[in-house]
Amino acid sequence: MKIHEYQAKAILGEGGVPVPAGEVADTPAAARAVAERLGGRVVVKAQVHAGGRGKAGGIKIADDPGGAEAAARAILGMRLKTPQTPPEGIEVRKVLVEEASSVARELYLSVTLDRARASHVVMASEAGGMEIEEVAVRHPEKIIREWAHPALGLQDFQARRVAFGLGLAGEQFKQGIGLIRNLFRLYLAKDCSLAEINPLVVTTDGRVLALDAKLNFDDNALYRHADVAALRDIHEEDPLDVEASKFNLNYIKLTGNVGCMVNGAGLAMATMDIIKLAGGEPANFLDVGGGASAEQIENAFRILSSDPSVKAVFINIFGGILRCDRLAEGMIAAVKKLGLRLPVVVRMEGTNVELGKKMLAESGLSLVTAEDMADGARKAVALARRVQSS
Amino acid sequence: MSILVDKSTRVVVQGITGREGAFHAARCKEYGTTVVGGVTPGKGGTTHDGFPVWNTVVEAAAQEGANCSLIFVPPSAAADAIMEAAATGIPVIVCITEGVPATDMVRVREFLASTGSRLIGPNCPGVITPGQAKVGIMPGHIHREGPVGVVSRSGTLTYEVVHQLTGRAIGQSTCVGIGGDPVAGTSFVDALRLFNDDPETRAVMLIGEIGGTAEEEAAAFVKAHMQKPVIGHVAGMTAPPGRRMGHAGAIIAGGKGTAAEKVKAMETAGMHVCRSPAEMGAVVERVLRAC
Ligand SMILES: Nc1ncnc2c1ncn2[C@@H]1O[C@H](COP(=O)(O)OP(=O)(O)OP(=O)(O)O)[C@@H](O)[C@H]1O
Ligand SMILES: [Mg+2]
Repeated sequence: MKIHEYQAKAILGEGGVPVPAGEVADTPAAARAVAERLGGRVVVKAQVHAGGRGKAGGIKIADDPGGAEAAARAILGMRLKTPQTPPEGIEVRKVLVEEASSVARELYLSVTLDRARASHVVMASEAGGMEIEEVAVRHPEKIIREWAHPALGLQDFQARRVAFGLGLAGEQFKQGIGLIRNLFRLYLAKDCSLAEINPLVVTTDGRVLALDAKLNFDDNALYRHADVAALRDIHEEDPLDVEASKFNLNYIKLTGNVGCMVNGAGLAMATMDIIKLAGGEPANFLDVGGGASAEQIENAFRILSSDPSVKAVFINIFGGILRCDRLAEGMIAAVKKLGLRLPVVVRMEGTNVELGKKMLAESGLSLVTAEDMADGARKAVALARRVQSS
Repeated sequence: MSILVDKSTRVVVQGITGREGAFHAARCKEYGTTVVGGVTPGKGGTTHDGFPVWNTVVEAAAQEGANCSLIFVPPSAAADAIMEAAATGIPVIVCITEGVPATDMVRVREFLASTGSRLIGPNCPGVITPGQAKVGIMPGHIHREGPVGVVSRSGTLTYEVVHQLTGRAIGQSTCVGIGGDPVAGTSFVDALRLFNDDPETRAVMLIGEIGGTAEEEAAAFVKAHMQKPVIGHVAGMTAPPGRRMGHAGAIIAGGKGTAAEKVKAMETAGMHVCRSPAEMGAVVERVLRAC
């Protein structure tokens, strides 16, 4: 799960990672009021779940409260388009107004999971502000890495090595090691999947501060962090994704016109791939899970077919725990309730497949049956093409 | 022979009194697996669907010689259950549970390193040696005894390839689901090493997916050590970056972990790459015929 910069900065501040003074605002007047409280120059920053805001016009400096109000008026309500947003951009609903820092150096610092080593890794670089992926390609030697012990965590000598590596000295060195240790502690305590500060800055008056903050959380651990779960902003997600999550369905909207419904994540990805191999484009990823109920099948079908770009549906089920008869039951109920506006191709295999096929055949629904995955994909792609062009 | 589980496997089911645990304990037994009973702390001394229930894994091991654990406990209790089995000295631990926090798995891996136990999963369908033992949630009837080892990060995609193989009268030595999480007990490389040493396995079908670098590591191992052909497939060619595709570990992060990179690594290592998920069975058949 992702959260906004202002939410991340609140968590960092509490956890002993210094951040600039600031507050969130959702109207130009509120932004003005924050700037008045802060006094001096401020930065007004669009709050969306994506980076690259600076170049896209989502970050503006203002000299006084009037300027902050004007900046907020320009940013609020805009659809911010950056390389990290969907092509149509994300609507800005909030801005963070914070004190402008006078920056002497921009650095990079993050903690994340190193999957290959099954341990958490602190990464740092003197090339702040730049995307770390870009640094990794252009200057791999400039990245400092310290792997924390899986059970004992990050040791002080490791925090010192990172701070020295960043070229921090004197008072900044002291602040730096404290900040690194606190960031690591907070990453673990909150079950983050990524805690990234880019840029981490040294100000001209000698403070070490997180000017940007990105915290991503492990969805699997949200059950033990109610405070974090409460920070979810559904405005940042596709409405169909949100609707699907209510029924515990794994749904991701994509851009093609062949909708698909599958059980199991791997088979669902493979189904998208085979649609592509058949010359089509998948409209979504949808994994109804191993133990889907007839009701979940019904909701999945409803959500999937409510996407106006879907022109044909491909249902690919390999019955394991999810028995084919249960799928058939859910499908029949869904179609009875919602009608059949689109051509539907069904491929079923596995547990109780004969019964499932019989139920579908006897239901009188005009479903297209497929022999195997490839056959199903070919048929669905052809049907989608026909509907699209008619 | 086979790997990990066989006729001598004696399974204890941790979480046997839960809905999933009870259901699958019965399915495993039906298949012919020796399921000695289950563990649910606080319910020791009772029986559940005819299976004896103990409070601790130690009792199951001492009284019934359990040498394999199958775990169905909720995600919040999974790390603890795995460590209990490992501390008892259970050599093969299969964790089906989906949704275990990654930080828990980092600690579990460290714990396991000081024991002799091997963990399969979590978030996996388990392990089956056709005709001998099914320790997991896969539909047993689609399998058939034979020479192909199967290892995969995905459950249903494993069923798909097994179905394609069995449909061509090609059986499987053992099928291992290593699971879809970013931190797992057993990697592709671990499974390949076991298959390499198993005289009955003649070829291996490896099914990867986007996210992480496990497929790249597997390709490097194949190139350096494998003495049998390995056929590879990578799911998620069409997956968008930055989105988790159902599995906690299936995500292209920072431009890394794409299917294209993995396919390239496999091809460079001399693996047989099957691009279409509908042709995995056909490719395995062709490779088997040639070797
Ligand atoms: N409080 C601040 N005071 C001074 N400068 C700031 C402040 N916040 C941000 N900046 C400047 O704006 C730049 C971009 O800000 P930030 O990193 O928060 O956003 P981003 O979405 O990651 O943008 P980009 O990808 O364009 O850098 C920073 O590198 C920094 O130079
Ligand atoms: Mg930034």
